[in-house]
Amino acid sequence: MTMLLFFALAAIAVAGAVSLILQRHPIHSALSLIVVMVALAGLYLLLGAEFISAVQIIVYAGAIMVLFVFVIMLLNAGEEERTNFSRMAAYVGLPLAAVLAAGLVYWTAHEGTGAAAPMQRPATRPLAMLLFQDYLFPFELTSILILVAILGAVVLARREEGRE
Amino acid sequence: MVPVSYYVVLSALLFGLGVIGFLFKRNIITMFMAIELMLNAVNLAFIAFSRALGQLQGQVFVFFVIVVAAAEAAVGLAIVILIARNRKSLNIERVDLLKL
Amino acid sequence: MSEFLAQHSLLATSVVKTVIFLILVLTALAYLTWFERKVVAHIQSRWGPYRVGPHGLLQPLADGIKFIMKEDPMPAGVDKFVYLLAPLLAMSVALTALGLIPFGPGTIKLFGRETSLGISDLNLGLLFLFAITSLGVYGVALGGWASNSKYPLLGGLRSSAQMVSYELSLTLSVVGVLLIAGTFSLREIIQSQGGWWHGIPRWNLLAGPAPQILGFFCYFTAAVAETNRAPFDLAEAEQELVGGFHTEYSSMKFAMFFMSEYANMITVSCLATILFFGGWLSPFPASGAWSATRYIPAAVFVICGLTLIWDGIRYTTSSGKIVLPVLGLVLGAVGAMTAMPFAINIIQGPFWFLTKVLFFLFVYVWVRGTLPRLRYDQLMSIGWKLLLPVSLANVLLTSLALVVKNR
Repeated sequence: MTMLLFFALAAIAVAGAVSLILQRHPIHSALSLIVVMVALAGLYLLLGAEFISAVQIIVYAGAIMVLFVFVIMLLNAGEEERTNFSRMAAYVGLPLAAVLAAGLVYWTAHEGTGAAAPMQRPATRPLAMLLFQDYLFPFELTSILILVAILGAVVLARREEGRE
Repeated sequence: MVPVSYYVVLSALLFGLGVIGFLFKRNIITMFMAIELMLNAVNLAFIAFSRALGQLQGQVFVFFVIVVAAAEAAVGLAIVILIARNRKSLNIERVDLLKL
Repeated sequence: MSEFLAQHSLLATSVVKTVIFLILVLTALAYLTWFERKVVAHIQSRWGPYRVGPHGLLQPLADGIKFIMKEDPMPAGVDKFVYLLAPLLAMSVALTALGLIPFGPGTIKLFGRETSLGISDLNLGLLFLFAITSLGVYGVALGGWASNSKYPLLGGLRSSAQMVSYELSLTLSVVGVLLIAGTFSLREIIQSQGGWWHGIPRWNLLAGPAPQILGFFCYFTAAVAETNRAPFDLAEAEQELVGGFHTEYSSMKFAMFFMSEYANMITVSCLATILFFGGWLSPFPASGAWSATRYIPAAVFVICGLTLIWDGIRYTTSSGKIVLPVLGLVLGAVGAMTAMPFAINIIQGPFWFLTKVLFFLFVYVWVRGTLPRLRYDQLMSIGWKLLLPVSLANVLLTSLALVVKNR
């Protein structure tokens, strides 16, 4: 059952990523990326990281991608122009990439470490203990980082008007 | 039970697709989204290894990666708005000179 | 067949519960529109729907038929995929959020498996509820953009900016409750509010070392803004932006946006009762002299039934003279059944839960009918400059109170 879920979510994630590359309009790429993120949140649930899965949806799919969608709408981004795909890429590059990917899959899939180590369920309380005790300093640093990012974004995107 | 290597392969695939997207697309916002895809692939690898080793440090690191990605997306998109305002185009091939 | 069901009992129970739930919720959504129209009308000294069936009770049915039969144009130049996706996204996110809410205590036995009353019971239920509601922004933003028109684009951008801003205060105002309860699971949050303290039930609103009054007001204000309801509905009001993000939508797609707004209202009201008002816990103790309060559900049903009979007999149209008393008799029979020993304990939890949710829905509609609309800049400044600091202050005060109590 877990295998079935894993392959379904992995297929959705890879399909979303391929769609991100192949779509012409940025808004469709953004929607594909949202699909990838939700599929990854499902994979995190399978791996027992429930809190991170919820945080991924709240922060990544629910806030960062909303920001992307806003900017695409505000800037009225249009479709990309068609260019001629380089023939070297199409005839040599893509097959090589496919061979590389197949080799990667073959070599690492046989490497498989067996069953995963048991995790404490739910992982929220131990995660909070780690975050607020051992990693308190990086946690406070990230809050300063976010403050700096807010200031930077507001100052950069402000429309330059003359003060009257 | 799904072996950890499956997750690592999926993460590598997604990362590779992100690299392809970054190299081949010409819209700045789409390139930015390919960067976010790469970050997500790395997060998946972190959590898979955190599960394999039974430690929670991987999840803590993913937490920080998500926060840093949020900050970076905010500032990066503000810069993109400025570029679009000054050069009137979102095509990366028009942003190759310092001169406007 | 029966061993298939026994093996896959989880799947079977989930499917059955989901189907029952969908039917009940969609009917409730339809009648919520009737409720709103009647209450707003009575606030404005008029009657509201009165003719389509006795007391306008068939109005939602008429509206549904209208939505299905209406012409469904697709404007020129829209992005077809996104135009069709936006209402679907809004509706599915709204309904998924409702699936996380527990409606009553205890378990029922279905297909040989004990399941809870409510589709799912996650131990990170509250966090996932916020995750799902944060995806609701996309329905509005994409709907506004895909319509390829000025007013919807502006309305969509404004609505989604408003939703994103108030989401912060919404989640922060709930942190006080989380600190007190110590868990994300909605069921356990309700259970931690049990017991009485000098006659006052220990709901999170009133009792304990940190009564969450500030948190509740922040939560409810942020929730009204988050669901784009009056007085925060500038972005979709007819007088302002022609209709905002759903201007170019009609018939079934508009119905989906409409329904998703009401479903969000129901979700928010359910969360308010669970987090601040004790969920399915009765305000009266169940022991000693108060055990007669267990008959309150039956009494309420019987009184409603009698009122319907009395009103129906004197109704104007002849069909109303028959239908309403019959409805009244049915309600009375339901009331009598719930007073029987086999049903009296089962009905307590869901009855109090639904009563409190109905009260919150009434407050929603009341606020809509009474308060004037806020201008967009006033709205955004309230969200960022008033609610966010107040909810942060609430978190601070709650944690201080808890530290002092545990010292």
